Amino acid sequence: MQGNSSRLWYLLLLAPYGAIIWVSSYNKAEPGWAGIPFFYWYQLLWILIGSALTVIVYFATRRRDG
Amino acid sequence: MPIDWTALVIFILLFAMVTILGFVAVHWRRGDLDLLHEWGLAGGRFGTVVTWFLLGGDLYTAYTFIAVPALMFGAGAIGFFAIPYSIMAYPLVFAVFPRMWSVARHNGYITASDFVRGRYGSRWLALAVAITGIVATMPYIALQLVGIQVVIAALGIEGSGWMADLPLVIAFVILAAFTYTSGLRAPAAIAIVKDTLIWITVIAAVIVIPIQLGGYGKIFAAVPAAKLLLAPGPANAVLPYSAYFTLALGSALALFLYPHAMTGVLSASSRGAISRNAALLPAYSFLLGLIALLGFMALAVGVDKAPEFAAFAKAYPRNFAVPALFISVFPSWFVGIAFAAIAIGALVPAAIMSIAAANLWTRNIYKEFVNPACTPAQEAQMAKVVSLVVKFGALVFIVFIPLQYAINLQLLGGVWIIQTLPAVIIGLYTRWFHQKALLLGWLVGIAAGTWLAAMQGFTPMTAVPIGSYVLPSYTALATLVLNFAVAIVLTPIFNAMGGARRIDETRVEHYG
Repeated sequence: MQGNSSRLWYLLLLAPYGAIIWVSSYNKAEPGWAGIPFFYWYQLLWILIGSALTVIVYFATRRRDG
Repeated sequence: MPIDWTALVIFILLFAMVTILGFVAVHWRRGDLDLLHEWGLAGGRFGTVVTWFLLGGDLYTAYTFIAVPALMFGAGAIGFFAIPYSIMAYPLVFAVFPRMWSVARHNGYITASDFVRGRYGSRWLALAVAITGIVATMPYIALQLVGIQVVIAALGIEGSGWMADLPLVIAFVILAAFTYTSGLRAPAAIAIVKDTLIWITVIAAVIVIPIQLGGYGKIFAAVPAAKLLLAPGPANAVLPYSAYFTLALGSALALFLYPHAMTGVLSASSRGAISRNAALLPAYSFLLGLIALLGFMALAVGVDKAPEFAAFAKAYPRNFAVPALFISVFPSWFVGIAFAAIAIGALVPAAIMSIAAANLWTRNIYKEFVNPACTPAQEAQMAKVVSLVVKFGALVFIVFIPLQYAINLQLLGGVWIIQTLPAVIIGLYTRWFHQKALLLGWLVGIAAGTWLAAMQGFTPMTAVPIGSYVLPSYTALATLVLNFAVAIVLTPIFNAMGGARRIDETRVEHYG
C-alpha cells in the first residue's frame, strides 16, 4: 500500500455492491434493449462496469513489483 | 432417445484428445512432482493468462452451466442471481487475495489452513478450516458428475443396472489417472481446451438461437410473466428483495474460501496475476449471463412440451433443458462439440477440487496430526493417493445415493465454508480476534447454519425475525453474522482470562 490517497481508489469498488443491493431500481422490464428486459441487460452491464472500475483501480494503485 | 452417432463420435474424439493432453501435461513447466507444491500447485508458475483459463475453468463448472439455466428454466428470474454473485465476487478478489498470495508465497503456504496455522499458531483452528474445506468440497465434486451424466444421457447412451453408470465410471477413471500423474498441470492444460469449446458453444448459441426464434423479444415473450421478474418478498420484509441480493452476496463471500479457488490463486506466479485476473475473469461472468439466458431459450423452443424429450425430462427434471435445447437447434456435429464442452468442463473443476482437498488433508491433517516426520516425497505421495480416494468417494456418492442429497450437501457446503471467513479473510488484515473466539464462532456458525438449513428443508433461505418484521436472507450470510458476533464478544473475554497469545509467524512485510 502506498499512502491513503492511493487507498481511496479502492472506494470505487464499492459501487457494484450498492448497485446490486438496490434491487428495486432494476427489477423491471422497461426500458428493454434489443428485446431484452431491463432486469437482464442492466445486470449484464454491471459486469462490464465492475470490470472497468477494477481496471481503473488497478492502474491507479499499481506498483512497480506488480 | 436414439443414439446420435455423429455427435457421439465427435464427443469421444474430443474427450480422447483431452485425456492425452492430461497425461502429456506432466511435462509442462516441468517440476519435481515428488514435492507437494509442485504436484498440488504446479510450483506456482502460472502467469496471468494461464491463471485466467485455470480459474475460469475451475469456478465456472459444468454443474454451473447445467444448473443455472435449469434454474432460470424452472424458477425464472431468481436463477439470474449467479450474475450479481459474480459481480460482487471480483472486487473482493482484487482487494483481498493479492495479500493472501503474498503471505502464502513468503511462508510456503499451500492452503488457507496453512495460513491460519501460521497466523494464529493454533493447530485446532487450522484443523477446523481444513475439515470445513474438505467436507464442503466433496459434494461439489459429486455434482460435477451430474454434468457428465446429463450429456451422456442426452447422447442417447442408455444401459441397465451397472452398465448404466459405465460411461461415467470410465470418465472418472481417466480423470483420476491423469490427476494422479500430472497434478494441477493437467486441469490447467485441459482448462484451455475446455474454455475455448465453451466460448465457441455459447457464442454460437446466443447468435444462432435468437435468429432461429425471431429475436430476443420473441424469446422473452415466451417466458411467463411470473418468471420474468423477481417476486416481491413478504409484506413485512425489512428490505425488498433481500432474498436475491443476500444470496448473491453470501455466495460471493464464500466463493474464494473454497479450497479449489484458493488452489487456483496460490498457483499464480505473481501477485499482479491475481489483480489482473480480478479484472479479466468477469469475461466469464458475462458468458455465464448468456448461458443463464439459455434457460429462457429452452422455454421459448418448448423443450418441455416436445414428446421426444419426455423420457429425458423425466430422468433429469430441469437439468435436461440445455442439452435438449442444443439437440433442438444445432446440427449433430455441433451438438457433439457442445456436449464435449460440458463434459470436459466437469473434469477441470473435479480435478482441481480433488487436488485442493488432498492438499488440505495431507498438509493440515496428516502432517500436522498423524505423521509430522513425513518426508517431502511421502507428503506428495499421500496427496496423490488421497486425490484418488476423494474422487472415488464422489463417484460412489453419485452412483448409489439420490442426487438430491448431493445437491443438499453442496448447499450446506456454502453455509459451512463461509464460516471460515473471519479466520481466513479478516486474519489477512488483523490479529485482533482471539483464536479460541474464532473457533467458537466457527462452531456456532456451522451448527446454526446446518440446523437452519435442515429446518427449511434444505432451501437456501432463512427469514431472520426483527421485531414484527422479517429479513429474508441467505442462511450462509445470516449465520456468518452470528459467527462474527460470537467471535467479537468472546475475544475480550479470552484476552482477559489471560494466557499468552500464540506466536504469529507472519510479518507485516509478507502481506505486500
